[in-house]
Amino acid sequence: MAMRPLLAITVLGLSSVLSAAEGGFFHFPDASELWEVLTLRNYNTRLVVGSTSLLGLASGVIGSFLLLRKRSLMGDTLSHACLPGICIMYLVMTGLGGSGKSLPGLLFGATVTGLLGVWLVMLIRNTTRMKDDSAMGIILSVFYGFGVVLLSVIKGLPDSSAAGLESYIYGKVGSMVLQDFFLIASVTGVVLVASCFLLKEFTLLCFDDAYAGILGWNTHVLDLVLLALVTAVTVIGLQAVGLILIIAFLITPAAAARFWTDDLRIMLFLAGAIGGFSGWFGSSISALTPRLSAGALIVLMAALVFLFSMFFGKTRGVVVRLRSQRRLHRKVGRQHLLRALYELLEEQAGDRFGEFPSNAPVRISSLQAKRSWTPGRLRRLIRQAQKEDHLERSGGETVQLSEPGFGEAARTTRNHRLWETYLITHADVAPQHVDRDADRVEHVLGPELVRQLEEKLARDGKPLVSLPSPHLITPGGAGI
Amino acid sequence: MTWYADDVWIVIIGSLCAVACALPGCFLVLRKMSMMGDAISHAVLPGLALGFLVTQSRASLPMFIGAAVVGVLTAVFTQWVGQFGKVDRGAAMGIVFTTLFALGLLMMAEVNHKTKVDLDVSCVLYGAIEFTPLHVIHSFQWGETWIELPLAAVTLGAVLLINLIVILALYKEFNLSSFDPALARTVGVPATLMHYLLMSMVAVTTVASFEAVGSIIVIAMLVVPGATAYLLTNRLSVMLGISAVVGIASAVLGHWGAVTLPPKFGYENPTSTSGGMAVAAGVLFLLVWVFSPTQGLLQGVWMRVRKEPNPIPVTDPDCESSRGPTSHHAAKTLRSR
Amino acid sequence: MIQTPSRPDVDSLPTPPEVPTHSPEMPLAIDDLTVAYHNKPVLWDIDLDIPEGKLVGIVGPNGAGKSTLMKACLDLVPKASGRVMVYGKPYKRQRSLVGYVPQRESVDWDYPISALDVVTMGTYGRIGLFRPVRKLHRDTAMNALEHVGIGHLAKRQISQLSGGQQQRVFLARALAQDARLYFMDEPFAAVDASTERAIIDLLHELKDQGKTCLVVHHDLSTVAQYFDWVVLLNMRVVKAGPTEDVFTRENLHATYGGRLALLEEAGQALRDAGR
Repeated sequence: MAMRPLLAITVLGLSSVLSAAEGGFFHFPDASELWEVLTLRNYNTRLVVGSTSLLGLASGVIGSFLLLRKRSLMGDTLSHACLPGICIMYLVMTGLGGSGKSLPGLLFGATVTGLLGVWLVMLIRNTTRMKDDSAMGIILSVFYGFGVVLLSVIKGLPDSSAAGLESYIYGKVGSMVLQDFFLIASVTGVVLVASCFLLKEFTLLCFDDAYAGILGWNTHVLDLVLLALVTAVTVIGLQAVGLILIIAFLITPAAAARFWTDDLRIMLFLAGAIGGFSGWFGSSISALTPRLSAGALIVLMAALVFLFSMFFGKTRGVVVRLRSQRRLHRKVGRQHLLRALYELLEEQAGDRFGEFPSNAPVRISSLQAKRSWTPGRLRRLIRQAQKEDHLERSGGETVQLSEPGFGEAARTTRNHRLWETYLITHADVAPQHVDRDADRVEHVLGPELVRQLEEKLARDGKPLVSLPSPHLITPGGAGI
Repeated sequence: MTWYADDVWIVIIGSLCAVACALPGCFLVLRKMSMMGDAISHAVLPGLALGFLVTQSRASLPMFIGAAVVGVLTAVFTQWVGQFGKVDRGAAMGIVFTTLFALGLLMMAEVNHKTKVDLDVSCVLYGAIEFTPLHVIHSFQWGETWIELPLAAVTLGAVLLINLIVILALYKEFNLSSFDPALARTVGVPATLMHYLLMSMVAVTTVASFEAVGSIIVIAMLVVPGATAYLLTNRLSVMLGISAVVGIASAVLGHWGAVTLPPKFGYENPTSTSGGMAVAAGVLFLLVWVFSPTQGLLQGVWMRVRKEPNPIPVTDPDCESSRGPTSHHAAKTLRSR
Repeated sequence: MIQTPSRPDVDSLPTPPEVPTHSPEMPLAIDDLTVAYHNKPVLWDIDLDIPEGKLVGIVGPNGAGKSTLMKACLDLVPKASGRVMVYGKPYKRQRSLVGYVPQRESVDWDYPISALDVVTMGTYGRIGLFRPVRKLHRDTAMNALEHVGIGHLAKRQISQLSGGQQQRVFLARALAQDARLYFMDEPFAAVDASTERAIIDLLHELKDQGKTCLVVHHDLSTVAQYFDWVVLLNMRVVKAGPTEDVFTRENLHATYGGRLALLEEAGQALRDAGR
């Protein structure tokens, strides 16, 4: 029920964004232009779109492990920690008389400081009482601060050619060349192959690292391998999407994929697909509207997929869980109503000892007095029971159980009483056995125990419930 | 170095900002939400763009409000994605703030395109503490000297004051709800409200500071002083005090370092003071981390060298009894799990 | 009714067992083990020998370091001093002989993985790094699952299992590992009666195969019934040996101190009230 405001606000937000888009705030290209780009007609587009799709694919896969290891924000720390490395390598390379812009050199620097940052995070966490989050926050801000310091030093150099370095913060796909594509392609290849070969290792590491240690695996090394792969993806992604947005590549597709499946392998596949799709689609739009940064568009694309998955995901989506919650709610309501009706019938038949209650009309007002229902809730319950063919409305003020409804009511009441007695008499073992949904208590507890319980019920003066012949019990009532 | 009036102002403004951030930052550290500062400071971008779009001018009140609102929304969305989507909190935060940041980038691009105003993202995100003394709102004579009061000092002073008042007024509530939200709720402290109050404080502080001095100081000062203090004390009041001192020290050291150090390495120009302050805070943290008497790295080494601690009374039931008075009780709790 | 004893001082405690000489085939031999969390000692000079083919209950009050003892043996927490020998060799070289059933809370049950996959993890040590899981291994895992009676739940995601079923999955994983020495951390905590029965049957089956099981246990009332060897632990080994020799009121008092008296008083009071 707490979901309603969420839904309302989301719908509101989405519609306002859409109307803003319609109103011309965002200028979106028309379909034919888009098609041309999506099908990669142009060489430069092909390069960019290919690169970002591969990047999305690789980061989706490796990001899934990061997500399951609960280290998502480590990617953020990592990417921020790359900045000083880039600047240091620039200073070193210019100091040695080079151009300072050599891509492999810069990426090497990024990798070194990135890994150093990650290692420091783990060290802080292991040697102090600080948790992951503080350790990551410290390293992120201090390394980034150091990067800014160096960047500003570089900007102050007389022959300033440092403008390019800032693209590592916000990303710039436009500057991509064939060399970059090959780099991204090869890193993607490495990530995919490593994920295949290390599938079972990473699975166990993320699920139960203690057990991995028991098996004799060095979990620190495995963690380092995982983070090295993340680093590789981050570093090659820096240039394209920038160090702030790169973690969205790592987290969002993986988190979106999680809503659709409970199987890790499928999740990996889906996360890769979502990442690849976002990369392809986002950079295609950007190719048509160059002033809109590709990184941002890709991230938004992935976020849309995430939002959709969060609501409509097949296994963990909000709608699915909401529906099952409602089903439970409805079932409990139905059982309460039927039992109340049956108990009223018993009271009516109460004078004639030994006779089982027979079906008869019951006044709604007496039903109302039976439990703490609000009138509205009772009305809804009755309507629902009518729909399920358990109840017939006989006249304005009375209701009567239908034939299947009567059977269902008797069954519900009997189960309820048996369970109550069982909980009292077998308090030590009971809670684990109680399965109120079971069709017949006998199936869970066995006929002998049920006979004993019924004897006890009779001793306590509770009326017996005889079930109408079994075939009258409708599967519709029991199965849901 | 020679300290000019501008340098003094820069340090004062930096200190005000550092303390204003460090106070709520202590609670972020205690609540294991340290990354929230980073998230909010990135996520406010669409709010800024929207505010700018409304008024067509920079550094205006609507921009401030827009950003602060989006900052709080970041916390709200993170909560929702975590709660309803059952996504790990760190991941939820990452998804929300990157999405908002991406949205902000696109809006900025559109704003620039539409209005032909160059609203530079990096300018918004870095601010420039070096230029804050130039923006004077009031000048007066005090004794011999003219004092030119910069706008940033007033803004940040106000934010610091607000934070101080809120924290002092709700000290025990913040303390309790950071330590044990469930207990807080049972004794009538609205833990959720306290959470969002803290988030609002963080958002307002973040936006105010970073329009004045840039985001990097904010991100650093929200975490590092609090974390440093956490290594030195077990008491919240002391922690708040230490974090303020660490904040001020980083501001002073950071500016000093940014001005004096680059020439030592052969670079002529001073570097970014914002970055310098973040690095200074990092250095202070490092020192404490190594030398802290109770949590330091060296302390661990020392523990291992000193092989045998004092013998302990092995059968004293009080020795560990804080966890459960009787084994019967213990067995019961275990079973009920 | 038992008198609440005054707290015994250190001198009047039963003398700790003599420093044992290890026979090479002891499944587990612990020498002089000390563990400290930060600067708080948790385990103190543990000397322990476990003979082969026994079901060993590790018993002691809350906070006595029972789980820590296991984790220290398995190198999951750092040791301040001491060494752990498994079948005569250091634990590091004998990992394949040791199986572990952790506490249920230690695992992320939301993880996208099926019961069968979890059990298959028991065979990972044999498969080795980088090599893929084959059908053979999955069959081993399936057999183990069926052995603990939940073969029909193999495809279920693990959070959809009940507490007892989750515990069985962990047991099956240990079975699939095919170790000779098992460490089980509170396997009976919060399981239903039939799972408890199943675990006991399984323990006896393992024992009949000559395997050794160390089980952390918290329910004093079932110790004598379940285990043939008992380790009484309260930060150091109070007493260890065959159940009938060791599991005595006197030793329990030395282990639990005043807490046991409280426990028994409460039980007595209930019994009196019931009469």
